[in-house]
Amino acid sequence: MIVRILGEGQLQLDDSASAELNALDAALEQAVNSGDEPAFRAALAALLDRVRALGTALPADTLEPSDSILPRADADLGEVRSMLTDEGYIPG
Amino acid sequence: MSVMKRVSMIFRAKANRALDRMEDPRETLDYSYQRQLEMLTQVRRGVADVATSRKRVELQMNTLRQNQNRLEGQAKQALGAGREDLAREALSRKAALGSQLADLENQYQSLQADEEKLTVASQRLQAKVEAFRMQKETIKATYTAAEAQSRIGEAVSGISEEMGDVGMAVQRAQDKTAQMQARAGAIDELMASGALDDMTGTPRDDIQAELDSMRSGPNIELELQRLKGEIGAAPTQAIEGGGTPAADGTAAPAAAEQPQAGDGA
Repeated sequence: MIVRILGEGQLQLDDSASAELNALDAALEQAVNSGDEPAFRAALAALLDRVRALGTALPADTLEPSDSILPRADADLGEVRSMLTDEGYIPG
Repeated sequence: MSVMKRVSMIFRAKANRALDRMEDPRETLDYSYQRQLEMLTQVRRGVADVATSRKRVELQMNTLRQNQNRLEGQAKQALGAGREDLAREALSRKAALGSQLADLENQYQSLQADEEKLTVASQRLQAKVEAFRMQKETIKATYTAAEAQSRIGEAVSGISEEMGDVGMAVQRAQDKTAQMQARAGAIDELMASGALDDMTGTPRDDIQAELDSMRSGPNIELELQRLKGEIGAAPTQAIEGGGTPAADGTAAPAAAEQPQAGDGA
């Protein structure tokens, strides 16, 4: 599967990674919902670190869409919330 | 629903809206390509703006460093003359500049990181736009409208995702640059108004004035002694009137100018 980290690019990951990533993603979601900023920071960092560790960068000239897209590493809680609710946030 | 899925769905919805807009899917290719070229221009402008902002901060840092060195020199000079109070004052002003400098250094590093990220993003987008252009020509030449539909959908969603990503990065960089420009403008204004001069001591430098007057102090005393001696030795010349006040009149402004002359050097 292909995962994009916003601001960093796309990575190719083996499908077997999905269980682990889903667990980290669930923790991230919980932190976003509870509005707990430190928990959010930790959960986002953990998820991104795992994706970076398991993935290999896709060549720049591929046009394949990603299966999953993740917020950039320094996104704050408010930004991620508005990304999830306000579609107008994404230009292009 | 998970964060990963929601974010990607939002991106996909955006791409689909772009696809739905056109009657003939092949028009979508040209439309999308135009948007890509615009985005590339925008990213490059973003990189240039960040670079300009970074250079401006760099210039301000250089000025502050020069002022710090100058204050350090003054502190040494004051200590040499046994004026610890003056040295202390110079060092405390130097420390005040230090915190401003640290703030500018943070800004500089952050701008530098943004510049690097945006440069990489612009290269990545450039590679994708080129790939898209080639695919666009192939699709247009080889496929009928109906067959083209799915191929176009793939190409457009792939690049539209990249455009969304880059678009957000440019937007953020522009917001940040605007903020930093405002802060840099405020510092430039302070420097121009002389408000910072009182602290760094550029044109009207009271520490330097005192150091200079300490140095010229003995000279003025000697000068006074010499003048007194001349008057004492030739009392008759004093009758010519103008002589004595004139001598006083010239000696005073000369002494007053001395610190300024030393300051300019």
